[in-house]
Amino acid sequence: MKAAIVVFPGTNRERDMAIALRRVTGHEPRMVWHRDTDLTGIDLVVLPGGFSYGDYLRCGAMAAHSPIMTEIRSFAQKGGHILGVCNGFQILTESGLLPGALLRNANLRFLSQDCHLRVERTDTPFTHKWQKGDVFRTPLAHGDGNYTADQSTLDRLEGEGLVAFRYASPNGQVQADDVDSNPNGSVNSIAGILSENTRICGMMPHPEDLVDPLMGGVDGLPLFEGLVEALVR
Amino acid sequence: MKKTVDASLAQEFGLTAEEYARVVTIMGRTPSLTELGVFSVMWSEHCSYKSSRKWLRTLPTKAPWVIHGPGENAGVVDIGQGYAAIFKMESHNHPSFIEPYQGAATGVGGILRDVFTMGARPIANLNALRFGNPETPRTRQIIDGVVRGIGGYGNCVGVPTVGGEINFHPAYDGNPLVNAMTVGLARKDRIFLSAAAGVGNPVVYVGSRTGRDGIHGATMSSAEFDENAMAKRPTVQVGDPFIEKLLIEACLELMATDAIVAIQDMGAAGLTSSAVEMAGKGGVGIELDLDAVPQREPNMTAYEMMLSESQERMLMVLKPDRTEVARKIFEKWELDFAIIGHLTETGHIVVKHKGQLEADIPLDPLADQAPIYDRPATTPVAPEPLGAVHAPLSLDAALLKMVGSPDLASRAWVWNQYDSTVGGQTVRRPGAADAAIVKIEDTSLALAITTDCTPRYCHAAPKTGGAQAVAEAWRNLTATGARPLAVTDNLNFGNPEKPEIMGQFVAAIEGMGDACRALDFPVVSGNVSLYNETRQPDGSALAILPTPAIGALGVLDDVEKAVGLGMQDGKAVVLVGETRGELGQSIWLREVLGREDGPPPPVDLAAEKRNGDFVRQEILSGAVSACHDLSDGGLMVAVAEMVMASGVGCELESPDSGIRPEAFWFGEDQARYLVCVDNAAEFCGRAEQAGVPARLIGQSGGNDLILPSGVTISAARLVAAHEAFFPALMTR
Repeated sequence: MKAAIVVFPGTNRERDMAIALRRVTGHEPRMVWHRDTDLTGIDLVVLPGGFSYGDYLRCGAMAAHSPIMTEIRSFAQKGGHILGVCNGFQILTESGLLPGALLRNANLRFLSQDCHLRVERTDTPFTHKWQKGDVFRTPLAHGDGNYTADQSTLDRLEGEGLVAFRYASPNGQVQADDVDSNPNGSVNSIAGILSENTRICGMMPHPEDLVDPLMGGVDGLPLFEGLVEALVR
Repeated sequence: MKKTVDASLAQEFGLTAEEYARVVTIMGRTPSLTELGVFSVMWSEHCSYKSSRKWLRTLPTKAPWVIHGPGENAGVVDIGQGYAAIFKMESHNHPSFIEPYQGAATGVGGILRDVFTMGARPIANLNALRFGNPETPRTRQIIDGVVRGIGGYGNCVGVPTVGGEINFHPAYDGNPLVNAMTVGLARKDRIFLSAAAGVGNPVVYVGSRTGRDGIHGATMSSAEFDENAMAKRPTVQVGDPFIEKLLIEACLELMATDAIVAIQDMGAAGLTSSAVEMAGKGGVGIELDLDAVPQREPNMTAYEMMLSESQERMLMVLKPDRTEVARKIFEKWELDFAIIGHLTETGHIVVKHKGQLEADIPLDPLADQAPIYDRPATTPVAPEPLGAVHAPLSLDAALLKMVGSPDLASRAWVWNQYDSTVGGQTVRRPGAADAAIVKIEDTSLALAITTDCTPRYCHAAPKTGGAQAVAEAWRNLTATGARPLAVTDNLNFGNPEKPEIMGQFVAAIEGMGDACRALDFPVVSGNVSLYNETRQPDGSALAILPTPAIGALGVLDDVEKAVGLGMQDGKAVVLVGETRGELGQSIWLREVLGREDGPPPPVDLAAEKRNGDFVRQEILSGAVSACHDLSDGGLMVAVAEMVMASGVGCELESPDSGIRPEAFWFGEDQARYLVCVDNAAEFCGRAEQAGVPARLIGQSGGNDLILPSGVTISAARLVAAHEAFFPALMTR
């Protein structure tokens, strides 16, 4: 699997993502500056976390108009795989590659803590290493992670099984109005979603920060191991 | 409006009549407005250390592993495997009272620049905070702003905030303390310094544009507050962490080339101090053409540009044939880049603007003849002995009250607003170990980092308090298994023109120096913040508690050997160090009896070293699976903290020590640790051979803390008491 990590001005979790990808692929991912437009030979495009353009307009809104995004749209149209984490998820929704939007956290504060995610669907390149209903721990760190969408979009996401992960209690209970398990207030406790072809995944928490026992666990590893298996050439 | 330069204007700028007379002598004429501005900021307490320098010189600053001590932008120590850690702590107290969000945010930004200007990628932030009485709305407003500001800046630049400390005391009501620390990492043969060299070399300005914000900020920070403090809001700078992030990446990219001769950030006193210090250290002159300075606002004067403290700006001297390489890098990062002058052989700083000569000051006397004061200092009065105290609360009731009290309650509400994992190298997050542990990528190394100070001890007995702050920092590093390397100090005190305040300062430094020498723990960087006082309505001035905050750094050669503080199941719990039951100035005394008196616990530096070296050796040999130093709240609070960290309980044995129970369990005797071991007898045997007191005090297991009396407190109940304080306070 050849992965490209897109770096926008203000991106700050590109090195975390590189560590996780290096761990599962054994080689360095390609860092792509947002003004570059060459994705030749790339199997997976990753939009990492951070504060692209300072998040000054709306999170991800400026980056969604960066030169690289034209190429990423075309990559997506050709069936390419894209993972957007945190600010990367925000960029995917701002650019229309995934539906919905990320609002300010319900408590209006930046949140940095562990959360638990329940795996909702396992027949995708991002989730096939888990069993349906598996719960894993992962850090989150964001000010704007409160997922929302209009009712028809939500109906479609839920009806077509496009919710990849939901915030849950450690034993897998999902309760949207419970701040302990759904800390940012996301509708239906949605933490990560998929495109219709399940080749684009956006999620707020940071599985890339939990891939090493030294850092407290390897709960995030199955996502990356699964991608390597699915995108092997 | 054209201002007349005279002694009275000089006084407005913070210079005394004598200091102004010295300016006139140096210049041989009446200075221009810009020249007066330059002198006043360079000779401010904040920039010149005129009250503290005499005493700072007494601190030990050298060790074989110290690469650069005080005098550079930050301290540099060798951590092995070809790497250096670069670190410093700096205050942003005055701005944080006036405008908490921006004051704290720009404090983080400023200390980051001090570190990356030396070639280091910042890898960890910490902050030591002191707030006033939590019961007042103003304190809550300040906490809210400061925490948001630290998070707002640190989270955006992508540097994990991994630790720090918070104290509350009414003495900080009008003067909170925000001390921000950054640790960076560089190859030890790739350190960048600020001494300019090469007559004719271009002087280059990069980063944000210059505006009118922060003019005379350094002067504001060198005076006590009066009732008009809020009118000084325009002197507080505004931070832009996005620009800082770009500046970090652009500077590090440029530093990978060979273009830079010297580099310094524009911090306090902005363009003035960076230009003056770079040229002064290099023994050259510097000429600036302010027309070339990138400006945010029209019609700025030379005076305003020289004194502006606009954030996110750097000054560099480049090799002339490398300026285009540098320009391209900054253009890539969409940052301003301007050649604004060159080095000269005149030994003067010359400032030109719109064809006019605005300043021409000889640099040597500006530095050498800066005032230095040996201010009168009275020796602090030793506190009265505590005497007998009664114990109105049972041990369990006292414990529950204490773990939920402002100084001991969980800080999770605060930490959870700081990104502590970005970078992917955070081995122990806040609260998981006595020091934060951050791995050095692609090596076996990790850094242990902590900040410590017990202001109530420093107030009661400044010398003991100064020594204790250093010893506790050393102990916190040791308790993770790290080898302590060096210290950065952030000395926060009141008005040094008062002999009793100066006396606190001198005594605290004496205590710090003793501890640093005894523990082989040199001071490599630091910052002094004086005049932390607020004028009261009755005319008196309220000084803060003397607060010599210590930031400290240690190294683990093998990160796998690091231990945390969470109680491990099925272990013997052993107390290391001697217990006499020191209740003077303890949290128990304050929370249970409402008293703040008596002497602080004595600091026996030989015992600190002996006990700490023993514990570290036991951790590194693998005999210890968890370790926690004893500090605020004493033994039982330390046990409770270990239980709360992991949820694993502990059954305590009866002490049978001849000491009253409250003194045994809540006394704050120093040089002590709690460890989890498999074999207590063997461990205690090795301790005895090392001359270290050690005794079994309990067995871990279950989910409850069981007191010797049989009273049981569940871990969950402790956690509930511990975690209630901050959310309840901040959602009022």
